[in-house]
Amino acid sequence: MTATTLDRSNLKEIVARRVARELRDGDFVNLGIGLPTLVPQFLPTDVRVTLQAEVGMVGAGPCPEVDADPRYVVDAGGKPASIRIGGAFIDSVTSFTLIRGGHVDATVLGALQVDSEGNLANWIIPGKMVPGMGGAMDLVVGAKRVIVAMEHTQRGEPKILPRCTLPLTALGCVNLIVTEMGVIEVQPYGLLLTEINPDLEVADVVAATAAPLRISSSLTVML
Amino acid sequence: MSKLISVEDAVANISDGMSIMAGGFMGCGNAHNLVQAIIDAGLKDLTMISNDASMPGYGIAKLVEQRRVRKLITSHVGLNPQVAVQMNAGELEVELVPQGTLVERIRSGGAGLGGVLTPTGIGTLVADGKPVITVDGREYLLEKPLRADVALISGYRVDKNGNIWYRGDARNFNPVMATAADVVIVEADHLVELGDIPAEDVVTPGVFVDYIVTGGSL
Repeated sequence: MTATTLDRSNLKEIVARRVARELRDGDFVNLGIGLPTLVPQFLPTDVRVTLQAEVGMVGAGPCPEVDADPRYVVDAGGKPASIRIGGAFIDSVTSFTLIRGGHVDATVLGALQVDSEGNLANWIIPGKMVPGMGGAMDLVVGAKRVIVAMEHTQRGEPKILPRCTLPLTALGCVNLIVTEMGVIEVQPYGLLLTEINPDLEVADVVAATAAPLRISSSLTVML
Repeated sequence: MSKLISVEDAVANISDGMSIMAGGFMGCGNAHNLVQAIIDAGLKDLTMISNDASMPGYGIAKLVEQRRVRKLITSHVGLNPQVAVQMNAGELEVELVPQGTLVERIRSGGAGLGGVLTPTGIGTLVADGKPVITVDGREYLLEKPLRADVALISGYRVDKNGNIWYRGDARNFNPVMATAADVVIVEADHLVELGDIPAEDVVTPGVFVDYIVTGGSL
């Protein structure tokens, strides 16, 4: 089979489901906007994580558990949100003390490009899209573990490159890349494919990846 | 001396070309009445320092939409399309600052510090032109303090001394910005009597606050 046979309708679910297996019971986690916000619904019932939101929440949603007024409680994307019972509202100084100070166990976020050295580009396409970095630069520098969750390619063009061509978010910050095609670890020597979508061959993943890719001797099926 | 004044008298402290810090995150925690009063007063050429440019029609986004802003110092403008339009037309200058760096630059400005050393931005465009200082083998950027002429603060409960208690995550940048401007104006959703906010629960002590206006929360 080839990459073109992958069912694209549940592509995000494949990624989110696999990322969920990276989180451990008790982890303190920050999820980026978009695909990463799907992760909590795939957590096993015995894994409870505490979600951090840049705007100032420890113990954010994911679903409303207490009364929330959108004038006063929003998520990092400005959408109406809620906080869990037992959570805490914090100011921006404390929020980024948590983020930059190494108190967040893992952050999951999207990427425009990732490269062989774990460099990340996800905040600007000069001349086209200049939304700003928000909290992303602090998150990837400060979180203990940085997991990129994204589609493997952008309209067929590789996003995993020998070297990022877009302006960087941070140097060498990425630990793990999870896509619909597989799971890739960032190692000191480069990228290592450790798991593969069972509908694909290794050659499909290699073809969709511009960076050199080592294949783990214990390559397993991505669940 | 009472700190309680009208919204109109409060914005009389602001002149064209001034720098203004506005607490808030995508509009949540903006001082909405003060924003409208700035527009009504015809103020322009402002430098706005805020986490973001909010969303269309909401909070400080209106200052951009009404073309009252000459420069934005901010971490994110992606949810306000007017920013890109005016930026591309050369009408609006935007200085993008990582969110955690923005907050620490403001904290430095309010705390009398000469700046902050942060690992955020090393090896990126953010580092351009900034000193890199190595401490115990790790590289940090020197980021300078940030202050403003005026800070617009939004508080849920505010007592007559200007003590503030914030609701939800409308808190965000408000407490730190209340420390870093020459004139600090708080817009109260609820003006309460002294003692109604227990001293232990005061987040921003009133000594940071110059003026109180009422009628907050849209």
